[in-house]
Amino acid sequence: MRHLKTAALAVSVSVMAMTAAQAAGHGGKTIKWTSQGDALTLDPHSQNEGPTTAMNGLVYESLVTRDPELNLVPELATSWEPTEDGWMFKLREGVTFHGGEALTAGDVAFSINRAKQETSDFRTLITSVTGVRVIDDYTVELVTDGPNPILPNQLTNIFIMDSGWATENNVVRPQDYAASEETFSIRNANGTGPYIITERLPEEMTVLEANADWWGAGQFPGNVTRIEYRPITNAATRVAALLSGEVDFVLDPPLQDLERIGNTDGLRYETVAQIRSIFFGYDQGAEELRTSNIEGANPFADVRVRKAVSLAIDRNAIQRVVMDGLSVPGGMVASPGVLGWNAEHDTPPAVDIAAAQALMAEAGYGDGFSVRLDCPNNRYNNDEAICQAAVSMLARIGIDVTLDALPRSQHFPKIQNRETDFYLLGWGVPTLDSHYIFSFLMQTGGSWNATGYSDPELDALVEAMLTETDIPARTAMIEQAWDIVQAAEPYTTIHHQVLAWGLRDGVTVPMAADDTPRFRYAVVE
Amino acid sequence: MTTDPTPHQVASRPRMWTRIRESDIGYSFFRSPFAMVAAAVTVAFLLAAALAPWIAPYNPFDPAQVSLWDGKLPPSFAGGDERYFLGTDNQGRDLWSTILYGGRLSIIIGLAAVFFGMTLGVVLGVVAGYLGGWVDTLIMRVADVQLTIPGILVAILINGVGQIMLPQELRAEFSVYVVIFAIGLSDWPQFARVTRGAALVEKEREYVQAARVIGLPGWLIMWRHVLPNVLRPVLVLATIGLALAIIAEATLSFLGQGVPPTTPSLGTLIRVGQEFMFSGLWWIAFFPALTLVILVFAVNLLGDWMRDALNPKLR
Repeated sequence: MRHLKTAALAVSVSVMAMTAAQAAGHGGKTIKWTSQGDALTLDPHSQNEGPTTAMNGLVYESLVTRDPELNLVPELATSWEPTEDGWMFKLREGVTFHGGEALTAGDVAFSINRAKQETSDFRTLITSVTGVRVIDDYTVELVTDGPNPILPNQLTNIFIMDSGWATENNVVRPQDYAASEETFSIRNANGTGPYIITERLPEEMTVLEANADWWGAGQFPGNVTRIEYRPITNAATRVAALLSGEVDFVLDPPLQDLERIGNTDGLRYETVAQIRSIFFGYDQGAEELRTSNIEGANPFADVRVRKAVSLAIDRNAIQRVVMDGLSVPGGMVASPGVLGWNAEHDTPPAVDIAAAQALMAEAGYGDGFSVRLDCPNNRYNNDEAICQAAVSMLARIGIDVTLDALPRSQHFPKIQNRETDFYLLGWGVPTLDSHYIFSFLMQTGGSWNATGYSDPELDALVEAMLTETDIPARTAMIEQAWDIVQAAEPYTTIHHQVLAWGLRDGVTVPMAADDTPRFRYAVVE
Repeated sequence: MTTDPTPHQVASRPRMWTRIRESDIGYSFFRSPFAMVAAAVTVAFLLAAALAPWIAPYNPFDPAQVSLWDGKLPPSFAGGDERYFLGTDNQGRDLWSTILYGGRLSIIIGLAAVFFGMTLGVVLGVVAGYLGGWVDTLIMRVADVQLTIPGILVAILINGVGQIMLPQELRAEFSVYVVIFAIGLSDWPQFARVTRGAALVEKEREYVQAARVIGLPGWLIMWRHVLPNVLRPVLVLATIGLALAIIAEATLSFLGQGVPPTTPSLGTLIRVGQEFMFSGLWWIAFFPALTLVILVFAVNLLGDWMRDALNPKLR
């Protein structure tokens, strides 16, 4: 993977070099791009999901953000420092929302509190924040219950809204996405960001125009003044759109078509290892599975069954045939680059059907059982094909899997409403810290923990690592937590994704391991 | 005199054959090379569908027989693996076996859908034509309204509603029946119209009048006297309808609305295959598409010939 990273680095370096040249003349440039699925909602606190956050991040901004190399950089806050009670943030002065209102500390307090509400999908990120103190118009203190060394990392996706606008439009509470709630904020947005949404047809077309009053105008290398985004579900159609020049940039070209894109004059593709792990989740907490022929018992409650699944999945075959080589087979729900990742845990077991069958027999399921696998079909690279491959691999150990592949807008509510026995999910880590993974996926009642997995020892560790400021001690806690998780196997990891973007020559969008296109750095010639 | 039955049987066989040959239909059939080829191809497809489990080297619907490592292999004559005559799809399924099984599924769905649509249409058509009055108006106006909407859209709608109404755990198991129901329900108006027209004519004939005079109940007249005499045009329509139903099923599956991807029909195979067209894996879409074209073409030709042969005006 090293050469991939080098490639990405080279691209970003060349972007920096272009900065000087571009800064002089900011001509209006349009970029047209596509990916397979649209943002699920424009409500900035409703869905903590990659494409949604990427879209909202063009319109809304947070106190702290990440640059394309994923370093923390100032956004609405210009500086921050820990205090006795939490963290103090100095806000940028002279920032206005698209509606014209000035950004003040009151808006920050409102937004943090909004993101902490029951219907917010981001509340897990900021559970440590107990209150927000407005010191003056441009100073705000986030009070935490005990010291929280990683709070700035947790704030990169907590977008700031205008409190007046939210009150006026009756959206002081985030949209309840899993309950399909309709609110004003899911189609309308009023942020401080570099782009303003001028046209929004969900799943069809979204047009954004540059915000002339943006605080960062002229400070970034980008020259894109108009963004036209059109989601195209069908992979072949997406590539055809790039080949025909209809779009300048495809975020997720199908991996099998990269060679074709690379061999076409005027087009190229770039790859970089992504911080996103793809894995299966099992409902191990239920008394009985909803979709299984086994009654009165839950096969997934037995760790031996989960380990057997892991032994039966041929990750190398998936990498070679399904992913065309563009994935890194793995064994933990954390990708290289996340604090807590280690090579030993991340080495998947070798395929061993005999051992897997023995484990199944030991658990009392020697004759196998049936279950439904819920799978998205427009979220991750080749997600449906991965699930299909798993169906035949699991048939070898007697698990008769029925596949239900659905668009992600129908798949994710199944997980959040705890309505699935066996599912595919991918997890990226914006904080680059394992605590994010534990708190969402493994802690008892974690908001994306649909497995029913619950371990008091792990819960205590996760709580403790939130307030531990001694870095070596905290790292040791993370390691210990991973030891517990790896032994319990609440999830079975398949691989970590490798990103591939397809671009027209003359269009530069710096690649980032979080799969977020940062258009403020994008240059169109 | 003929106490021994054997000579009688031997004698009757050629006689029956001669009767078929010398009948109107037989005469027309054996003088139409198109019809003979079309019939041969159709019969070959029906046989392949019926015998798929015995002819196919692998069972692609049994996941345990599929190895992902064999995925995306080209056909054996184009430099691929000898075990896979037409190559493999992206999941490592043998394409030849998958086409046999997928074609079988397509034909079964097509036949069942036509049978369902035909039964419904013929019954409603005879009732509407024979009874007339408000029953006729009601049935035929519903048919007219449905005919203004393209059949495939009706099928998509019914299929979508059907899938949603099923409880999730039954969805995969019953999706084939839902598809049959949806396609059948989308083409009953054709049958109803033709049958009603014929029934209107038959109703005024003397034998029906006579049956009425002797006091037979309406349902019995419809069943025993009207129905057998309106079936000729229905037979033509059913043959052409079969081709349309197979296309409709392929369309639904191509749109991801039909049968689940783990038990692919021809439409599902084409959908999967077209995602790989750009990357040079042409065989995954090409062979199922070719199969579909040949099958539908043959059935259509047969239907066309039958229309001409059974229509006295065209003779």
